[in-house]
Amino acid sequence: MPPVLTVSDLNVRFALHQAEVTAVSDLSFSLEPGETLAVVGESGSGKSQAFLSLMGLVAKNATVSGRAMLGDVDLLALGHSDLNRYRGKDIAMIFQDPMTSLNPSLRVKAQLAEVLVRHQGYTPEQAIRAAIEMLERVGIPEPVKRANAYPHELSGGMRQRVMIAMALLCKPKVLIADEPTTALDVTVQAQMLDLFKNLTTELGTALVLITHDLGVVAGIADRMMVMYGGRCVEKGPTDALFYDPRHPYTLGLLHSTPHVAKRARRLDPIQGLPPSLEHLPQGCAFHPRCAFRLERCFAERPPLLPVEEAHEKACWYQGELNYEEVA
Amino acid sequence: MMQAPVDNAPAEDLIRVENLSKHFSISAGMFTKPLQLKALQDISFTVKRGETLGIVGESGCGKSTLGRCILQLLSPDQGRVMWLGQDIAGLPAEEMRKHRKDLQIIFQDPLASLNPRMTVGEIIADPLRSLMPELKAKERRDRVIRTMEAVGLLPEMINRYPHEFSGGQAQRIGIARALITEPKLIVCDEPVSALDVSIQAQILNLLADLKDKFGLTLVFISHNLSVVRHVSDRIMVLYLGRIVELASGDDLYDQPRHPYTRALLTAVPIPDPKLARQRSIDGLVGEIPSPINPPSGCTFRTRCRYALPICAQQRPPLEDTGTRMVACHRWQELELQAGA
Repeated sequence: MPPVLTVSDLNVRFALHQAEVTAVSDLSFSLEPGETLAVVGESGSGKSQAFLSLMGLVAKNATVSGRAMLGDVDLLALGHSDLNRYRGKDIAMIFQDPMTSLNPSLRVKAQLAEVLVRHQGYTPEQAIRAAIEMLERVGIPEPVKRANAYPHELSGGMRQRVMIAMALLCKPKVLIADEPTTALDVTVQAQMLDLFKNLTTELGTALVLITHDLGVVAGIADRMMVMYGGRCVEKGPTDALFYDPRHPYTLGLLHSTPHVAKRARRLDPIQGLPPSLEHLPQGCAFHPRCAFRLERCFAERPPLLPVEEAHEKACWYQGELNYEEVA
Repeated sequence: MMQAPVDNAPAEDLIRVENLSKHFSISAGMFTKPLQLKALQDISFTVKRGETLGIVGESGCGKSTLGRCILQLLSPDQGRVMWLGQDIAGLPAEEMRKHRKDLQIIFQDPLASLNPRMTVGEIIADPLRSLMPELKAKERRDRVIRTMEAVGLLPEMINRYPHEFSGGQAQRIGIARALITEPKLIVCDEPVSALDVSIQAQILNLLADLKDKFGLTLVFISHNLSVVRHVSDRIMVLYLGRIVELASGDDLYDQPRHPYTRALLTAVPIPDPKLARQRSIDGLVGEIPSPINPPSGCTFRTRCRYALPICAQQRPPLEDTGTRMVACHRWQELELQAGA
């Protein structure tokens, strides 16, 4: 099957008072139908901006270039009114904080029904019926009662379910979820990740999960893409990146993550701080923090190249990634 | 250099909390009686000298309130907080001041907890002004510089302002401010939750190093069970204002006795795809009930798959099994498996 979404050479730049800042550089990836792709990175890595730009949701001072083919439509070439034909229908996005994404003055059913009336031409009655069905499907108890509620009457987990229901109403080909479980308690988070797994399988929706939590990634993603300083530094199958990481940053993230099943005496953190996008280091952006850096890392930026089938990295270092050897 | 605090109290328990309860009044309107939110109920535990006690639970379980009650930033409604043999619960502010230098706190949001108009040096020295006024300016400055070095801040940053620092560095400032009075106990309230993963690991290692170096005792509050497990000797699990289980980290993980502990453990995401696929999540239905109107009997019963009629009628007592404390009617008959 052809990919549902193919992004090539995506660049997102912001014009500031004195300078221009590049938040996303030369990002290319594709998304297969029904797969889950995790996008991993720390603050400022560009992981959110990349996907906001696909949805036409970046700030006004941004310039976006590249191509993002959703089927045979280039999302980045569309104006706002054309984009609205696809947003919410073929490609949908949900965010970390469901309270700020829901309209506080509209009942849940009105917000859900609007999507179907607009995109599918349903009558309001049909739309409300379909909305209630979807609320039930995402695990909301007493869906008729909840449909009549206002957002503030629902708990955090319930609101996020409403957001998911809204995003899935038109059975989109692509669902982008930006830190969807970060604000939730751990038992509710587990329920929500389960829900994502079931829904993507049932509806065939491809899921992009933007997160900083490698635990969440391990449980749900088929493939992952690691971002640093606005670029993809490694991507490939989830198992390959966890058990055979090839980029020192991926390795560093894994060593920084505490594991509930193993009590290590110490973590091996990455030294230093993530870079500011205004002052990205020359060469490889990760070199100031890298334990494996070589001479050329200071000056030349490494290209993203295959290391194995479907596994790519952007790093000059070709040896074993073993902390003892370089210590 | 600063030395590990020495004192001559014979007790092994640095803090002994006995039957502590804390209620908040919530206004329900001008002409209605205020509602009682029972944030903490009948909490008893000890913190041993030199250990790290982790406190975990989901939002609204009372974990931050408990941290603040230990430090008397909030006054408990009932119960005692024995600090080195003296009950400090409800002590007048002036009396409490004598103990403040021994009892410090680190907050979650590092930037929000630093005064933006003060320099780093002033922020870190601030506790000294009120708690150790006998120090001379020179001594104070020396102490600030030593403490900055201990937490990994460069002394030349002393005249900078908080906004010039990243989140991880700001948290180091918060830690330095807590350390400057050479405390015996530090309550860490979600100290790494706002930080990026790579920075979180740096701060966790720093806290471990400082604990060893200065002989600190830590109470570590977090919703993140992986982090708590990593740092803690013993772990307390709170649910709706009550202790449901308290045990050593290994015991709690290897053999959780309370169904809620097990559910929490299986819900924690683990950064290992093969393990994550193998394990079965002990899916809890529903969400935490409101602490204003908690369920009768065992407050966890509405989400517990093992609940029996007795669980609605009687609140299970917190039993001391010798190696752990657990509050469940059925803990002995349930053979709960380890988390993952």
